[in-house]
Amino acid sequence: MSTAANTAMHTVTPVTGLDRTLPPGHTLRVGIDRIRLELLEYVRRVDNMIFTFAFPIMLLLIFASAFGSADPVQTPEGEIDPAAMMLPAMLAAGVLLSGTQNLGIGVAIEKWDGTLRRFSAMPIPVASYFIGKFGQVLVTSIVQTAALLAVGIGVFGFELPQSGEQWGVFGWAYGLGLLCCSMLGLALAQLPRSVNSASAIVIPVVLLLQFISGIYLTITMLPEWLIQIANVFPVAWLAHAMRFAFMPDAARFAELNQEWDLGTALLMLAAWTVVGTAIALFTFRWVKRS
Amino acid sequence: MQPAIQVKSLTKKYGDHTVVDDVSFEIEQGETFALLGPNGAGKSTTVETLEGYRKPTSGDVRVLGTDPLRGGLSWRSRIGVVAQSLGSETMLTTRELLSHAARVFPTPRSVDEVLEIVGLSEHAGKLTRKLSGGQKRRVDLALGIMGRPEVLFLDEPTTGLDPEVRRQIWDLIDDLSDQGTTVLLTTHYLDEAEQLARRAGVIIGGKLVTVDAVDRIGGADARVPVVRWQEGGRVHEERTEHPTSLVARLAEERGELARLEVIRPTLETIYLGMLREHGSHDMLQEATS
Repeated sequence: MSTAANTAMHTVTPVTGLDRTLPPGHTLRVGIDRIRLELLEYVRRVDNMIFTFAFPIMLLLIFASAFGSADPVQTPEGEIDPAAMMLPAMLAAGVLLSGTQNLGIGVAIEKWDGTLRRFSAMPIPVASYFIGKFGQVLVTSIVQTAALLAVGIGVFGFELPQSGEQWGVFGWAYGLGLLCCSMLGLALAQLPRSVNSASAIVIPVVLLLQFISGIYLTITMLPEWLIQIANVFPVAWLAHAMRFAFMPDAARFAELNQEWDLGTALLMLAAWTVVGTAIALFTFRWVKRS
Repeated sequence: MQPAIQVKSLTKKYGDHTVVDDVSFEIEQGETFALLGPNGAGKSTTVETLEGYRKPTSGDVRVLGTDPLRGGLSWRSRIGVVAQSLGSETMLTTRELLSHAARVFPTPRSVDEVLEIVGLSEHAGKLTRKLSGGQKRRVDLALGIMGRPEVLFLDEPTTGLDPEVRRQIWDLIDDLSDQGTTVLLTTHYLDEAEQLARRAGVIIGGKLVTVDAVDRIGGADARVPVVRWQEGGRVHEERTEHPTSLVARLAEERGELARLEVIRPTLETIYLGMLREHGSHDMLQEATS
């Protein structure tokens, strides 16, 4: 069948009888390589870099400048700088975008453009795929958070958490918040029915959540009924915990009931993490069979 | 030796619609087998069932002795899938995609070797989404052969490609076959089936109409030459094993014959005959267009 030239060029190595044992640590090795590829794709997607990565950083620059000349919020325990409230707000927005928006759009596209099918036709463990996804979320979110802190503190002179307790709250709010938002992203990724509708469906959901959760509009601007609705979802609680971590204690007068409610924040983030994980587990299909 | 692929009474229904209707065939190890048929005939459904992406309504399929629905990672490492334009939104280059595949398979080919085989060495650093249609098809092919598969599924590997690229891909499939790769190819190009496969099945309207050696498809009768001429405004046809004597006799009896032709049916005419017999008008139109 083959031409003489071809046979001479390639030494014929039979494909049968090869030892195809997958090496130990295959899942982790493939997963780490997936993180590398996920990061390459992340930085090359321009819309993603603008609307997921750079968006909260740009908004921090804009909002913090705009609120810079606003009157301070008067509380019984002193004045609160409304511009400073933008740092915890954008930190929460960053976690939401890096987790929910990034995974919601990314996984939906990979589901509909055949990427998942291509992966599942190869010996790629599904766990490796998720190592890649979560690795990408973690790395990009850490860089984004560091950039937000650098801008907030370096450019505007806002303060880092001042006490061990505030640092602790920042720690769990960030960690659990990112996990929660990632799981919700995986759940949300099941809604779009095509590549083109991925952004169109995920972005409005994420945007709406941010508006009602006191991120773009500070909580002092929102009517109480809207805050009550937002408080059903985890983002408002993530933003609440971030404000605790970055604002002086007097800022509690701007909160609902004029107090911090970190217990509920922790509980709501944990509960939504469980809900998101459950939905993701039940709806995600690695090998889609029809 | 156990066949590489076994399909027994495979039926796939979606609601009342039967897409694949009681299809059975076997492919020996190392064989290249073509599944021929017009679009929508059930070729891809059959192949996707063998790849583990569709659940049979009834029947039994085995690939390398394994039910594709239960095939794990080690089974996946033995098969290669060349499906149509998967991962079209990726922001990676061809080299990046192949290097990743090389880390995923236990017995990979070298990235440079595969790039050269499929003729993409010069374009390896470009984002695959920026490549031409034919180049993208070769990326699909490169990913399919990266793991040195024992069984390779090729779903319409050359559809829409220019003749030169088709020829290159045919050479490549021949080489894979020389290495003992079992190839299941779907195509609606007859020349492709004739060129690559020793045996072929023709699937029309979900039914496997025939399975035979490519040079025997349709049976010996279908290859009997036809003598055709026009007389009194009508087209006459006569099938004969001895067209020369028939033409001589006709010339003697009736003198000069209008529009005289001696036709030796090619696989193409045989195939079109099958479509006419089994298929709808639409299928025929599509196959001839």
